[in-house]
Amino acid sequence: MESFLRVSVWRGGKDGRYQTFEVPRQPSQTVLDVVTHIQRHLDATLSYRFACRVGMCGSCAMTVNGAARWTCRTHVDNVAADGNLRIGPLANLPVVKDLVADMREFFDKWARARGQFKGTRTRRDPLARVDPASAPRREADAAIECIGCGVCYASCDVVAWNPEYLGPAALNRAWTLVSDVRDTGQAARLVAVSGDAGCHSCHTHMSCTELCPKRLSPTRSIGGLKRASLMLALMPEEDA
Amino acid sequence: MSARREAILWIGQRATAVVLAVCVVVHLATIIYAVRGGLSAGEILARTRGSIAWGTFYSVFVIAAAIHGAIGLRTVAAEWLGFRGDAAEVAMTVVGLGLVVLGLRGVAAVVGAA
Repeated sequence: MESFLRVSVWRGGKDGRYQTFEVPRQPSQTVLDVVTHIQRHLDATLSYRFACRVGMCGSCAMTVNGAARWTCRTHVDNVAADGNLRIGPLANLPVVKDLVADMREFFDKWARARGQFKGTRTRRDPLARVDPASAPRREADAAIECIGCGVCYASCDVVAWNPEYLGPAALNRAWTLVSDVRDTGQAARLVAVSGDAGCHSCHTHMSCTELCPKRLSPTRSIGGLKRASLMLALMPEEDA
Repeated sequence: MSARREAILWIGQRATAVVLAVCVVVHLATIIYAVRGGLSAGEILARTRGSIAWGTFYSVFVIAAAIHGAIGLRTVAAEWLGFRGDAAEVAMTVVGLGLVVLGLRGVAAVVGAA
C-alpha cells in the first residue's frame, strides 16, 4: 500500500475545477475520512455535507471515481486500488460549492410525484390493518427503505437527458404509495407520474438499481407504475 | 401532455412489440424455408398471390410495425431533438400513416392479382 493518496477534489461552483491534494493513506479509510482530512488539515474552506457517518442519513453522497456513492460507506481500498481518487459533487444537480449539490429539485420532484400519503382516518380512528403477507404490502415493503440520498438520481441517464424527468427516487416513493391500500390519492398520483417526465420515460438502464446503496430497485418500482398507469387508459379524457 | 395519452401509447408500443415478435419469427422462418430450393420472384409470388392468409399476416405485420415505429420515433425525437408537443404528435402520426400506406401497398403488390 502506498503511503499517500492522490485526491482530485472539485472546487467552486458550476465553472470550478479539480484541485489535487495528497492525503495519508490509512487502514479501513473511507472516502468521507479522506474529505474530512482535507478539510481539517489541508484546506479549511472545502465545503461538503455529511451527518451520521454510518449510512443512515444519506447526506454524504458524492461522485467518487465516476460513480455516485455514499462516501461514508465507501472504503478507499475498494475504489482506489491505484491510489487515485477523484471526488466531485453529485451529477444531475446544480453545484452549490465544492462537493455540495443543491438537492431542492430532487426533493421538489418527490412532491410533484405526489409522494404525500393521503388517508381517510383520523387519529381517533382505530389503526388500519394491512396484512403483511398481502401482495401490495410486500411491494411497498420492498421499496420503502429509501433514505433520499440522491445516488439514483445522479446516476440516471434519463434525468441527464430530460431535466423534467421525476427520477428514480421520486417514482419509487410514488410506487410505495400506489401499493398502499389506505391511500386515497391514486388517480391524481398516476396522472402525476405518467408521461414525458414520468415512469413511461424510463429506459430501464438500471443504473439506479445497480448503484442504490440500500439495494432497492427503483427500476422495478417504475415498472409497477407503468402497469398501474394502464388504469389511466381506461379513464375519461377529462380526468387523466 | 396528457397522462392518459402516454399510458395508451406505452401499452400500444408494448402490445405491438408482442405482435412483432411473432411476426418476425414467422417471417424469418419463412425466408429460411423458402430459399432452400433457390429464390426467385416467381416462387415468392406463387406462394403469396391470392393468399388471404399471407395477405392478412403481412397486413398485421405492417400495421404493428407502423404503430411501434412511430411511437418509438416520437420518443427519440423528444429525447434527442427536444421535438415535443402538438407539432411532434402530428409529425409522428404522419410518419405512422405513411408507413401503413407504403407497407400495405407492398402487401397488395405481392398478394394481389398480376
